[in-house]
Amino acid sequence: MIDLVSTVLIAAGILFFAFGVVGLLRFPDFYTRLHAAGKSDSLGSVLIVTGFALYSLKTLSAPAVLVAIKIFFIALFIFIASPTATHAITQTAMSVGVKPWEKGEKRR
Amino acid sequence: MMNPFMLGGAVAILLLMLAALYRLVWGPTVFDRIVSANMIGTKTTALLLFIGVLYEHLEMFVDIAIAYTLLNFITTLAAAKYFQRRPPVDASAAGTAGEEGKP
Repeated sequence: MIDLVSTVLIAAGILFFAFGVVGLLRFPDFYTRLHAAGKSDSLGSVLIVTGFALYSLKTLSAPAVLVAIKIFFIALFIFIASPTATHAITQTAMSVGVKPWEKGEKRR
Repeated sequence: MMNPFMLGGAVAILLLMLAALYRLVWGPTVFDRIVSANMIGTKTTALLLFIGVLYEHLEMFVDIAIAYTLLNFITTLAAAKYFQRRPPVDASAAGTAGEEGKP
């Protein structure tokens, strides 16, 4: 049972990673690429890491629970840090003066 | 014996990292490169967990994954801070107002 749940979580995370990479390659300018990369990347990695935590909880021994707690800390850290990093890059790009793309322009 | 699902997932993440490497190499602005490097680093955290399950030493690879997550975050923040003080030379290639005397 717990094996099935962790498998589904990991597969969903890989799917979100794939969406993020497609967005990173296909969108026309920096801000739209960041829109694809930032959100799907943080959600996908949180899903995958939570799936591994459940996978480690399959055997309920003390080391396995410790490993699961560590993996949950990774998930918590990514959930806070990834949007922070995205925000910092966006702020830098705005202050340097990268202009947003408008409809009809050439993609860059 | 290797879990075929874990092996397939690791290979899929590796291929996605290779695809994201395109933006790292040919990205028009330096910020595209930073975002791509951040993305590859996040995928590396997941890949380390996959490798830990494949080699059945998850308790060792979890510590490496924690360290890699922290380093990835610090790297992105440091690069963003650096380019805020010193605007990149290729910013004008992406339709920026380069000659307005921004610091």
